[in-house]
Amino acid sequence: MEVGILANADGSAYLEQGKNKVLAAVYGPKEVHPKHLAQADRAIIRCRYHMAPFSVEERKSPAPSRREIELSKVIREALEPAIFLEYYPQTAIDVFIEILQADGGTRCAGITTAALALADAGIPMRDLVAACAAGKVEGHLVLDLQDEEDKKGEADIPFALMPHMNAITLLQMDGSLTIDEFEQLLDLATEGCKQLYTLQKETLKEKYVTVGEEEGEEEVEA
Amino acid sequence: MPVFYEKKDLVTPGDLLAEGDYIPGDNTYKEADKIYATRVGLVDYTAKKVFVIALKAFYVPNVGDIVIGKVTEVSSGSWVIDVNAPLPAMLRAADVLDRSFSRSRTSDLSSIFDIGDLLIAKIVAYDRTRPPLLTVQEPGLGKIMRGQLVEVTPTKIPRVIGRQGSMVSMIKNETGCQITIGQNGLILINGKTPKDEQLAIMAIRQIEEESHTSGLTDRITEMIKKEKGE
Repeated sequence: MEVGILANADGSAYLEQGKNKVLAAVYGPKEVHPKHLAQADRAIIRCRYHMAPFSVEERKSPAPSRREIELSKVIREALEPAIFLEYYPQTAIDVFIEILQADGGTRCAGITTAALALADAGIPMRDLVAACAAGKVEGHLVLDLQDEEDKKGEADIPFALMPHMNAITLLQMDGSLTIDEFEQLLDLATEGCKQLYTLQKETLKEKYVTVGEEEGEEEVEA
Repeated sequence: MPVFYEKKDLVTPGDLLAEGDYIPGDNTYKEADKIYATRVGLVDYTAKKVFVIALKAFYVPNVGDIVIGKVTEVSSGSWVIDVNAPLPAMLRAADVLDRSFSRSRTSDLSSIFDIGDLLIAKIVAYDRTRPPLLTVQEPGLGKIMRGQLVEVTPTKIPRVIGRQGSMVSMIKNETGCQITIGQNGLILINGKTPKDEQLAIMAIRQIEEESHTSGLTDRITEMIKKEKGE
């Protein structure tokens, strides 16, 4: 994980998780165009999840597919509860998620990266959002599925969490599970998210700590 | 009332900072007696209050702030000014002309301020629901005729000013430049020679990079002296 890698964006982040490679950029808050989209009581988030044509083995059409449009909405809804939207009415925050290489669980990787980019942009947040999938493959309960496990396995649950608040912001399920298995998978996914959360925090701090070490002790006088 | 970090510790959004009877300050929020951070920054505690000094943030207008902005639109009766904030600011013609403005009577507003002109202005009203309102009716405000602009993250402006203006007055003295600081992160530098201006810009860039370290004023002074010596 890395933050602040795009100079043009207000905030940006890059994540490699297994074979997934995800880039996220955040712009805003800024004025909304067209104006009728603006909300008088809160900021709006516009989210675009996109897979690069070269991200999968068979070329993917660069036009947004049904799946990408749906995922954009799902990711937006997973990020919304984490941001203090009501602080900045009549503005928009743009989130761009670009999947450079995909190997299953890209929506979760996208959420994790976008949360980092939002924090890097200095947008006030209740908590970071970490996401990962858990599922059942050939009878085993596993965490963070790969593409093949996802397609051939029995079930998978993409899951996003605001770890400090213990609030779930995304929960989807594909396949069939017993209630018992489902609960076990939720616990597993929660563990996974917490691990990612630790990494996210380290990444955000790393950007500043390197400068701090060079110059000795950290201090700010206001 | 337990606190969970040392003063000046680096925190990230969602970090639990304190519990109990504290007041949440800048960049924090309170939920069920617990105070959390909302931005990446350095935490600080006073007797009653917990706050975070953000390391990166965008500019949010505050009434009374001096800002530097660019004219982006000339409409009938007002100018639209980009001040680096989420929403563009408004400067009314009546404010500039110092009398009530009627379209029929006066000429073209673009002969006063045109698109692309840079202004020093003061924010007179802002309540988050409408665009901030500006004024130029005060000494030192108005169109910028010459000088160089430097842009820094708005949260670092207090650091550029320094304690009771110590940092900025030091740079002014050492380089002989006039410096106008916009709270929105833009700084105007007017020097006698381009070299002086260059020196002041270098100093500000260094402040921006090392803003969260201590003993900065001394290091900047040293740097300027060294550069001047060469």
